[in-house]
Amino acid sequence: MNSNSNTATGIINGIISNLVSIEFSGSVAQNEICFIQHNNVNLMAEVIRITGNIAQAQVFESTRGLKIGTAVQFAGHMLEVNLGPGILSRKYDGLQNDLEKIPGLFLERGSVSDPLDAERQFDFKPLVQTGEKVQACHWLGEVKEGWISHKIMVPFKFSGEYVVETIASQGSYRVDETVATLSDENGTIHSVTMRQKWPVKKALPGYLKKLRPYKLLETGIRAIDTLNPMTEGGTGFIPGPFGCGKTVLQHAMSKNADADLIIITACGERANEVVEIFKEFPELDDPRTGRKLMERTTIICNTSNMPVAAREASVYTGMTLAEYYRAMGLKVLLLADSTSRWAQALREMSNRLEELPGPDAFPMDLSAIISGFYARAGFVELTNGLTGSVTFVGTVSPAGGNLKEPVTESTRKAARCFYALAQKRADSKRYPAIDPLDSYSKYLEYPGFRDYLDEKIEKDWALKVEKARDILRRSVESSDQISILGDDSVPVEYHEIFWKGELIDFALLQQDAFDDIDQSTPMGRQRYMLNLILEICDAEIRFSNFEDVGKYYKSIINLLRQMNYCEFQDDSFKQYQIEIQKILTSRVEKGAA
Amino acid sequence: MKKIYTHLNKITKATVELTAFDVGNEELAIVDGRYAQVVKIAGDKVTLQVFSGTEGIATNAEAFFLGHAPRLAVGPELSGRYFNAYGNPIDNGPEVDGIITEIGGPTINPVRREQPSELIATGIAGIDLNNTLVTGQKIPFFADSDQPYNQVMATVALRAEADRIILGGMGLSNDDYLYYQSVFENAGVKHRITAFINTTDDPSVERLLIPDMCLTAAEYFAVQKKEKVLVLLTDMTLFAEALAIVSNKMDQIPSKDSMPGSLYSDLARIYEKAAQFPDGGSITLIAVTTLNDGDITHAIPDNTGYITEGQLFLRRDTGVSKVIVDPFRSLSRLKQIVIGKKTREDHPHIMNALVRLFSDAASAKTKQENGFDLTRYDTRTLQFAEQYSKKLLAIDINVSIEHMLDTGWKLLHQFFEQNETGIKADILKKYWNHNEIPVQ
Ligand SMILES: Nc1ncnc2c1ncn2[C@@H]1O[C@H](COP(=O)(O)OP(=O)(O)OP(=O)(O)O)[C@@H](O)[C@H]1O
Ligand SMILES: [Mg+2]
Repeated sequence: MNSNSNTATGIINGIISNLVSIEFSGSVAQNEICFIQHNNVNLMAEVIRITGNIAQAQVFESTRGLKIGTAVQFAGHMLEVNLGPGILSRKYDGLQNDLEKIPGLFLERGSVSDPLDAERQFDFKPLVQTGEKVQACHWLGEVKEGWISHKIMVPFKFSGEYVVETIASQGSYRVDETVATLSDENGTIHSVTMRQKWPVKKALPGYLKKLRPYKLLETGIRAIDTLNPMTEGGTGFIPGPFGCGKTVLQHAMSKNADADLIIITACGERANEVVEIFKEFPELDDPRTGRKLMERTTIICNTSNMPVAAREASVYTGMTLAEYYRAMGLKVLLLADSTSRWAQALREMSNRLEELPGPDAFPMDLSAIISGFYARAGFVELTNGLTGSVTFVGTVSPAGGNLKEPVTESTRKAARCFYALAQKRADSKRYPAIDPLDSYSKYLEYPGFRDYLDEKIEKDWALKVEKARDILRRSVESSDQISILGDDSVPVEYHEIFWKGELIDFALLQQDAFDDIDQSTPMGRQRYMLNLILEICDAEIRFSNFEDVGKYYKSIINLLRQMNYCEFQDDSFKQYQIEIQKILTSRVEKGAA
Repeated sequence: MKKIYTHLNKITKATVELTAFDVGNEELAIVDGRYAQVVKIAGDKVTLQVFSGTEGIATNAEAFFLGHAPRLAVGPELSGRYFNAYGNPIDNGPEVDGIITEIGGPTINPVRREQPSELIATGIAGIDLNNTLVTGQKIPFFADSDQPYNQVMATVALRAEADRIILGGMGLSNDDYLYYQSVFENAGVKHRITAFINTTDDPSVERLLIPDMCLTAAEYFAVQKKEKVLVLLTDMTLFAEALAIVSNKMDQIPSKDSMPGSLYSDLARIYEKAAQFPDGGSITLIAVTTLNDGDITHAIPDNTGYITEGQLFLRRDTGVSKVIVDPFRSLSRLKQIVIGKKTREDHPHIMNALVRLFSDAASAKTKQENGFDLTRYDTRTLQFAEQYSKKLLAIDINVSIEHMLDTGWKLLHQFFEQNETGIKADILKKYWNHNEIPVQ
């Protein structure tokens, strides 16, 4: 679609809620943006269906007071984001308006603002020479954006080969100043600035090929890193009933994950949760770099009371920004909370359009939309041989907490890691409530990833993880037996098996997101913990009766939990280590005697 | 000049259609003397939802448009007054002279919000200890219809030290309406109250206006007057049911439990008006969502839970014959901001330990019910649970948070060993012997 062609105009001839019908003349494209000229403000809308000369559009704002006959101007392009230096650390709404720049306490209708800073100067350093042959997404130069080196690229919309005619010399430039001119195959000259635009619903190309993920992406969360690891460029989702800890888990990931950049999309959720990030992240340190967390974080914030159609756009906006930074060779983690709200936005529109409904009144193509979106994440090789990644983790809010509903089921097909939050665990405050049996990481089956773990963590690490999972599984079986038959009526071993599972649960899985130390565990420490726990599980101890088993494991669990609250290998940590060893040796000897 | 229409093209149970020009979406109209609102415009065909229903309306009924969406006159004169869903006085008082404001106004810019941080003490340990509330929070009571939720809510409202209480009654029984009135009057706080009331006698669709009326008044006091405003909405289940009636009659495809697909957004729009404003004012929203037989998976409580910052679940503990705030199903998501920071440092630790042990008691109880022998530990947890329920979870207590924490330690001391509490060592060391006197 070429934005220079003559754009269509029209008038409103129907309104139901935020769906309007527009009678237009000229040519209009599906998903084209248009502006409704209501009183003195422009209400932005997106075309979602065209029949004859009637376009139906979803309005990104309230349609209150809108009248038949109101003029509409089509924009000639789809919903686009602005890409360029100055995105980092911003707080955008779902349409990429910079919320800080919008004046007033309330978001009045039609408020818009520039996502980038037209006045800010960036120190540009050229990376090409005149005469060089380049293609879309080739790095022309770089500027310092905070601590990252932001690449200025040949616009993604450029197709074919170009020759660099001029390139700006090192110096300070604003985003809209020309930094390069390129000539195409016909000799036409194109000037390039540091700002480019891209339609959010199209995957941003910007890479040579997708690779199979094989590197661990550390999150600091033991139930993830050790038991259900995520990879760089991987995908995962967190379904769970309300209040089970989806948001807390995502916030913990955003604080501790080993990524260069974090993009958080608050999609149809609570504003106060975003405010928490606004207030805390500028104060908190990134544990890996010592910089403030906000310096690597960008927030797309379309909370539940903001317009529904913009909510749908927000996840795409987040994804496009992530892909943009991936094309610079960065490791990006994209989080979206909650993708169910996005699906619900789709459902609201589909119902208003009177489309044939699928299960639970969601649109029939929901599954395809979700998998198309997840497919945009990935670990990629860039044209210059470097790699970059977008890791995506979304939350899902299943209606009634029932995982057999369309959004959860569709997402399960698309995402490779499954972090199921269990109501029962949340009720008994076993946080994070990640269900150890239902959850999985498909990456553990990838040979490349297993090799990576062997090399970076320790030989046969994956086998140890599987062993821990087996203990957990058997523990649940034993617990069932015990509760059916009674404490006394089962062999003492049943209690042993049960308590080994409890040991792994309390000392490894459970993690206090609000404790300064426990909230994040580096991989080295996780390795130590798993080995210690397996050593305890392997110790052969003879117990006189089942109460003895409980007592023994409770005291060990207590010590391990105290350890989790200490700095790794500090004095009190070592003290607990010694105590555990003491108990172990005394019991093992006693058992042998 | 107001144009008067005298022909209706179409009449359904809830809506009428007429031919008209120059009508705005969501505009109010009067049809046959009843309030109605534009819900759909197709060319020159305008569909109006008649709030009180279309019974008896004839095709030649008179209709005219008011030129604006529903609105409310806001000002200090709202104090001490009772209104209906349209904002008209029902207390025989005069019309309010104030700034005319459209209800359901724009959203607060999230970057302008402050983080809620001021603790609201209610004296009820099931709330203050386990599910601490803060100003700017939105939280419902989940309760079966036979629970005393209106009484608990009134108690919380009076103890909350709010500058202003705004009551929204939706399908409120006349008895409960009178109850609220007398409670507020007896407590001498009538001048701090503004109420918008739709009783069971009023048409149910009118309820749809109540939350927006309340919140428009609340925004006036919180933003213009920088007051700490507490909004009480009872019963949001009846509000949602009214939504379902309307969408059903508009031929929308229902989703789960016959609720409209937009239920989440519709409820969120209301609840998200709760906010801490930068200039010190705040809107705290406490609602009631009645449950059908404790079923929180029904679409109404389910969507609510996904929106609000926790929920307070009322349940009868038959063991101690008291209504308690259930520590398992209840949650205040904003408690983290204040507990252990604005309250004593041991607060989060003792809170978690008590709930965990209470959950051990629940397992022991299941064992007992299934006829198994109990271990000594099981017996201790059961004894503990009874005391915990009586002394801390019951809604009829009124003590300080300090006192709740001390009671918690006493209970631990009485029934457990230090290493059974799972509390981290430095806190244990400091508080375990803090109180040696056993609870009486
Ligand atoms: N890891 C954790 N440690 C301690 N408390 C936790 C943890 N995870 C969750 N919680 C508790 O559970 C509450 C709810 O968590 P959270 O807001 O993340 O739920 P959610 O699944 O996102 O719910 P919703 O779907 O309604 O948004 C938190 O406010 C906190 O009290
Ligand atoms: Mg959440």
